[in-house]
Amino acid sequence: MSNQMVKGNTAVVIGAMYAGCDCFFGYPITPASEILHEASKYFPMVGRNFVQAESEEASINMVYGASGTGHRVMTSSSGPGISLMQEGFTFLAGAELPAVIVDIMRAGPGLGNIGPEQGDYNQVVKGGGHGNYKNIVLAPNSVQEMCDLTMKAFELADKWRNPVVVLADGTLGQMAEPLVFPEKAIEPKNDKDWAVKGNAETMDNLITSIFNDFNDLEDFNFKLQEKYAKIDEEEVIVDEYQVDDAEIILVSYGISSRIARSAVDKSREKGLKVGLLRPITLNPFPVDRIKELSDKGVSFISVEMSNGQLLADVQFAALKKEDTYLVNRMGGNLIELKHVLAKIYEIAGLDEEIDTSKRSDEKASPNIID
Amino acid sequence: MNDKEFNDKDYELQVRRNPQSLLEEYPRKGTNIQSTHYCAGCGHGILHKLIAECMDELGIQERCVMISPVGCSVYAYFYFNCGNFQTAHGRAPAVATGISRAEDNAIVMSYQGDGDLASIGLNETLQAANRGEKIAVFFVNNTVYGMTGGQMAPTTLIGEKTVTCQTGRDPDYAGHPTHMCELINTLKAPVFIERVSLANPLKIRLAKYAIKQALTVQKEGKGYSFVEVLSPCPTNLKQDVVSAQKFIEEQMEKEFPVKNFRNNLYTKQPVQRPASDFSTESLDKIFNVTRDGDSGYVDDEINPVSIKVSGFGGQGVLSAGLTIAQAACAEGKHVSWYPSYGPEQRGGKSNCSVVISNETIGTPVVDDIDILIALNKPSLEQFSQDVKEGGTILYDAHIGEFETDRDVKVIAMPCVDIAEEHGNARTANTALLGALTELGDVLKRESYENAIREMFASKPKVIDVNIDVLHAGAEWIKNNS
Repeated sequence: MSNQMVKGNTAVVIGAMYAGCDCFFGYPITPASEILHEASKYFPMVGRNFVQAESEEASINMVYGASGTGHRVMTSSSGPGISLMQEGFTFLAGAELPAVIVDIMRAGPGLGNIGPEQGDYNQVVKGGGHGNYKNIVLAPNSVQEMCDLTMKAFELADKWRNPVVVLADGTLGQMAEPLVFPEKAIEPKNDKDWAVKGNAETMDNLITSIFNDFNDLEDFNFKLQEKYAKIDEEEVIVDEYQVDDAEIILVSYGISSRIARSAVDKSREKGLKVGLLRPITLNPFPVDRIKELSDKGVSFISVEMSNGQLLADVQFAALKKEDTYLVNRMGGNLIELKHVLAKIYEIAGLDEEIDTSKRSDEKASPNIID
Repeated sequence: MNDKEFNDKDYELQVRRNPQSLLEEYPRKGTNIQSTHYCAGCGHGILHKLIAECMDELGIQERCVMISPVGCSVYAYFYFNCGNFQTAHGRAPAVATGISRAEDNAIVMSYQGDGDLASIGLNETLQAANRGEKIAVFFVNNTVYGMTGGQMAPTTLIGEKTVTCQTGRDPDYAGHPTHMCELINTLKAPVFIERVSLANPLKIRLAKYAIKQALTVQKEGKGYSFVEVLSPCPTNLKQDVVSAQKFIEEQMEKEFPVKNFRNNLYTKQPVQRPASDFSTESLDKIFNVTRDGDSGYVDDEINPVSIKVSGFGGQGVLSAGLTIAQAACAEGKHVSWYPSYGPEQRGGKSNCSVVISNETIGTPVVDDIDILIALNKPSLEQFSQDVKEGGTILYDAHIGEFETDRDVKVIAMPCVDIAEEHGNARTANTALLGALTELGDVLKRESYENAIREMFASKPKVIDVNIDVLHAGAEWIKNNS
């Protein structure tokens, strides 16, 4: 077998490089730093560009500059750094520049800690910076997807001229799984006719988010919304597991969805009709599919490591609040199987007690290797 | 001069024509496209023209990319006849870095005012300078924020009145003027640093010379150049032409000496950057990808196995787990390896979960353990409760007696002794792996051997020792269970 055991953070760099990413700009932050380390190692090996920026503000603006030349470019960070980048996100969206940003979420608010969490959902999925824009957001749940969705992110960024975020967490970054390498590397053509490359052909081009005329800016905003509507139509990716006959559907993404999948298996062993709906694109969100299932009368449980941020979108899509539930952990704690099972059994009316009072003192590893 | 001569079109063009690197008209402006948006008496127009003339004279127009900042020169892209970027407040040097790194042949210019460059963008400014980015920075110092309505700038002089220091800048409350050339001159990387003044025609000519040198540094790809331009802002400083000129010459130039701080144009070698390689072949090489073997997964029927390896940090717990995972990966199994640590974080408990399966793995965190490998007492006690009925506990015999009344196979293995006998005590974790090869029929022993070779590829000396210990561990379990 030519699969390789690879850590999630490394898989991101592999995906980026096979996708033809030419420039990596980043600033250290746990638990995303390994992406920076690996990029600093591998990018220069093939003559590509790596710069350790002075801050996340600088890295996202380096991304802005390099993206404006038409090259495939990226950065990575974690919650506090992503917060700092929000200015850059909205400028990228306003200038319609493609870029890939990888967010290895940690626990917040504030400095929080370096454990895994999914609390960046709102700031990444809903925009985060000022103005009427959205990011495209992809949520991997395995090392393979850390690679594959990073590649996909570059494709979508170019296709839609929009920032694309790969939203993962500390656990996915740290865990190792076999990786099937991309079949071949993409050699980007850089035939983007809007780019400014410092040559005669592109002299007339301008990268900007300024529209002085109010009507022009309004038109641009409408145009953006049309773009997002098309993205909603064309780009939704959802992974379904045992959903067809399910009466209780877990909605979950990222590492939480792995635990949710195990909960489906365990519940099915007890004869309960439980399924998992895993949005791979968080924006666009699988609104129609959730509505369809909602109309069938299923119960939804949002399994997330945040304060109901995903649940709110599930309720919005389902057009109901009743019969929707939340199983969550925060603060750097991984979702535990028993918590998910306890909620499923409760909803299903199964008379089985699960003790969920004890909190595990095991922590997902940040960066330690013995 | 007769009328005919005066009306000669060529003559007229020669006098009134803008440099080619400035546009004739400014359609991006929308209205009044024949005049700039700058106030009468402003220095920006002069500086634009000087830069554009130098672009023409150096023959670099097509290669140039101008970055407009936030501030009065936010619309520099109305005027410059080259590729243009407009950026966020203060971030121009970072944007310039991105452009320059991506397009090595581009000549990148960052045009910034004092608020943009010396206040909100000070970090980006100094860092780009310190990296020696191949960019030319034109810094317009007029001691005041223009676009936002005349607030105090980092460069506002002591006693100078602005709308946010209405009784004059008081150093006890608002600090002192920032000297950018002097600050940048503390850094090693910059190639060219000069402060010039637009106070009178002679000084404007000298300013042009400095700009041309700064752009020559770029044309030749030598690194970072910085030109600070003392410039009038009659509108916000409420000055007429005469008093504006007087202000620059008598006050600004006193605080900000007009001089060359550094000129390494003739000694500095060009900064070479390699071309990017996007080939599959090169990537496969750096990631050790072999394309001849199969990739993907083998669909053998196996029972999923959950293994927990636990002990103190430093006992090789995580690497033992990785070796198992590596072996499983090589056989085309689905496998996940997930590291955890106890609340102590460093030097405390450490464990990892390995799940091996023939299908997609759900949670990578093991709650129901099939095989527990414990290298210390606390983790043996903690995780033994999570071992399934019918499962196995394999632990270091040095921990002492351990008993359980559940249906669990408990094996105390003198792994440290075995390791010492065949190599050294640090390979005790490998002795336990040896036992594992005989316990389950999940993975082949040779897969473990290959995994060890791979794990220690950078330390070939320890490979043989570990493989010996692996065999010894396997032998021991055969004779003792």
